[in-house]
Amino acid sequence: MSTKAFQKIYTKISQITKATISLHATGVGNDELALVNGKLAQVVKLMGDEITLQVFGGTEGIPTNAEVTFIGKSPTLNVSDNLAGRFFDAFGNPIDGGPKVEGTEVEIGGPSVNPVRRKQPSELIATGIAGIDLNNTLVSGQKIPFFTDPDQPYNEVMANVALRAKADKIILGGMGLTNDDYLYYKQVFDNAGALDRIVSFVSTTDHPPVTRLLVPDMALCAAEYFAVQKNESVLVLLTDMTLYADSLSIVSNRMDQIPSKDSMPGSLYSDLAKIYEKAVQFPAGGSITIIAVTTLSGGDITHAIPDNTGYITEGQLFLRRDTDIGKVIVDPFRSLSRLKQLVIGDKTREDHPQVMNAAIRLFADAANAKTKMENGFDLTDYDERSLNFAKDYSDKLLAIDVNVGIDEMLDTGWNLFGKHFKREEVSIKQELVEKYWPAN
Amino acid sequence: MATTGKVKGIIANLVIVEVEAAVSQNEICFIILDEVRLMAEVIKVIGKDAYVQVFESTRGLKIGSTVEFAGHLLEVTLGPGILSKNYDGLQNDLDKMDGVFLKRGEYTFPLDEDKLWDFKPIAKAGETVEAASWLGEVDENFQPHKIMVPFVFEGSYTVKSVAEAGQYKITDTIAVLVDEKGNDVEVNMIQKWPVKKAITHYKNKPRPFKLLETGVRTIDTINPIVEGGTGFIPGPFGTGKTVLQHGISKQAEADIVIIAACGERANEVVEIFTEFPELVDPHTGRKLIERTTIIANTSNMPVAAREASVYTAMTLAEYYRAMGLKILLMADSTSRWAQALREMSNRLEELPGPDAFPMDLSAIIANFYARAGYVELNNGKTGSITFIGTVSPAGGNLKEPVTESTKKVARCFFALQQSRADSKRYPAINPIDSYSKYLEYPEFAEYISERINDQWIPKVNRLKTMLQRGLEVSEQINILGDSSAGCL
Repeated sequence: MSTKAFQKIYTKISQITKATISLHATGVGNDELALVNGKLAQVVKLMGDEITLQVFGGTEGIPTNAEVTFIGKSPTLNVSDNLAGRFFDAFGNPIDGGPKVEGTEVEIGGPSVNPVRRKQPSELIATGIAGIDLNNTLVSGQKIPFFTDPDQPYNEVMANVALRAKADKIILGGMGLTNDDYLYYKQVFDNAGALDRIVSFVSTTDHPPVTRLLVPDMALCAAEYFAVQKNESVLVLLTDMTLYADSLSIVSNRMDQIPSKDSMPGSLYSDLAKIYEKAVQFPAGGSITIIAVTTLSGGDITHAIPDNTGYITEGQLFLRRDTDIGKVIVDPFRSLSRLKQLVIGDKTREDHPQVMNAAIRLFADAANAKTKMENGFDLTDYDERSLNFAKDYSDKLLAIDVNVGIDEMLDTGWNLFGKHFKREEVSIKQELVEKYWPAN
Repeated sequence: MATTGKVKGIIANLVIVEVEAAVSQNEICFIILDEVRLMAEVIKVIGKDAYVQVFESTRGLKIGSTVEFAGHLLEVTLGPGILSKNYDGLQNDLDKMDGVFLKRGEYTFPLDEDKLWDFKPIAKAGETVEAASWLGEVDENFQPHKIMVPFVFEGSYTVKSVAEAGQYKITDTIAVLVDEKGNDVEVNMIQKWPVKKAITHYKNKPRPFKLLETGVRTIDTINPIVEGGTGFIPGPFGTGKTVLQHGISKQAEADIVIIAACGERANEVVEIFTEFPELVDPHTGRKLIERTTIIANTSNMPVAAREASVYTAMTLAEYYRAMGLKILLMADSTSRWAQALREMSNRLEELPGPDAFPMDLSAIIANFYARAGYVELNNGKTGSITFIGTVSPAGGNLKEPVTESTKKVARCFFALQQSRADSKRYPAINPIDSYSKYLEYPEFAEYISERINDQWIPKVNRLKTMLQRGLEVSEQINILGDSSAGCL
């Protein structure tokens, strides 16, 4: 972004706050980018000839006579096949030492898909993790976050899901990733030999927090290129959306907006929806699937960020440590995939819906038995058996280290039913029980 | 000559326009940005400055851009052809838009100009008519669609002539009326009406009393809703608000169903697009889509248009009610609408009320619910709008402004319960927490006595008591163990 000779240079800044500067200028468009002493900034407010700019890198050290030039466009990304295998910062500049990407210049944060031109999602995404594939099956074109406390291994799970998902392209949008996590992703993708189908946009904790705001739009702009122009199935990983929302609240606070719940801006729902609704199944075959991470504070899903997210996304995957087996599991009660009924029992084996529901019901019985035990009541034989079942179920199916095909998950389910219960206790349709109940 | 102005300030989708002549509150204007015209609505005027909310992205807009005022408020176009359409919040026909992505500043005509309709006259020459009088009817899908004297006409008119039965386009003149001064006025099948103003061309609005069967047993039995009634469904995410609304819209015995998808997921709307053309209306045997209109203003579409979308839906419903039809209107979710109000109030730097919502939120919600209802038309026929809105309370906590404001005005409350949803029991309506005020209406009791029997409502009340007792007993067992159940 070099300054062209004929561009007007402004040098009189009238106001400086922690994140914004104001100056007098004319002929400037809303959302337009500018350079303030070489730092990238964006127009956020115009009032007569007074322009307010949000400086992405922060305003530390900016003098009142800083040189300000307007670039004449909003943030853009050069899209082409050459994006594949590359790592970029939040502005779309390479950080892997490679050359600038040549391609068509596209404004990020583009228009929405016409709802009547969408297709109903119908392609199953297999991840090998039974807590997902069996209970909360993912479908291409879906948007779903992991709700997880910061101490859970969500980056590892995401990386696994991404690699097993058989997507044509994986786009990583990292917001406030630590440098260690960034290097972890890079290494995992490299080791899997998958680098050529990965594009990354990363704003690590080394960068100013406001730069995170550009990352999802950059990632989704690249995703739209591959999904629309190339009809590819694209998986977008966004981690961590809580840190993205934090940046929104920083900016709105600096602009003196009245906060709503939990100090978040009143527009949080719309801001998040704009990102998540980019998930789509196109009629021509391409798709964008979004898997995000929303870190929680002590499992609290009523905080404004997870709460608004839950109203937007098509379900959520809830990670927690199961103390019975000492492993992290995908919680079958609090997790939900709203699109699973579009594929289960149809794209998967006929017994899938019934096995899934029976197992969760029995797991709930075990939870009740556990409460009973903790309160000092006597356990019945059924209670004991459901507790044993729950332990096996957690270990063999819910744990995130499971990696098997869906048919095998269903067989495991039947084996556990046979091991702990009588046929009539599982409340599954007679004909399915006869067909699948394990011998002996 | 229409009023014009120049852009003076821009803060996201709030634009300040310096105007050269008179403007009205809520007047529509268009901001010229290169080749596109961005539609906006005046929401505040101070001196020569009009504050307008833009229904589109304002990216690239510059100070000094020209603004043209349209001279009318935000209005919908009414006429045959609304059924089966998929509109956005401003009544643009989404199917007429080219390309996969929505283009900024693209507005499409909501009706079909070339389609021929089978017209049959109702009014005769010499009759005296007024606004909303029926002049004739056409067959819209399978519904009789009345062509009415436009709602904006004032005073009485004499019918000079009505077109003979035959095929006409919506733009063809189908009647000539003579006003009180003796001037001829031509009427075609199209009329316009501002969305924020209720269509009140009826004789009176009695208390509703007829049961509206929704097809959802727990509602129809324990907490019934009536024709022209209002209800709301609050619930945390994942408890099945949308699925319940879709269920009701499939089964309910309404003539017409209007669904306003207001700031919700696009894939849910796609589900309606995919399913409704296939599903059969259980009452008429026709395809569901033939009696349905969808207003899709999904969460990623501009926020100001989201606010307009519920009004657009309500105005379409009022238009059909004036034809003597039974309309079911569903809005999902009214919380997103309230949030749109909050975003604008915030940009206008108004002093905030609870949770940063505007102070008049309660009044806005009350006025909106009041537009539903059962009415007797001037010609003695009846029509109704039954309105059911969902509410998405933040954090599932019902003590928040939108839920509380809605609770004051809606007569039915269908409470969705997280624990029912967790154990995959849908619809997750809690029969004890939910209520229907209509059970207390003597008019309703009389109607039910005639239709079912006079013991029905006492039995429902007894069932409710038993459910309540059952809950108490099970709580007692949880604390004291199974053996304690006997002492109750």
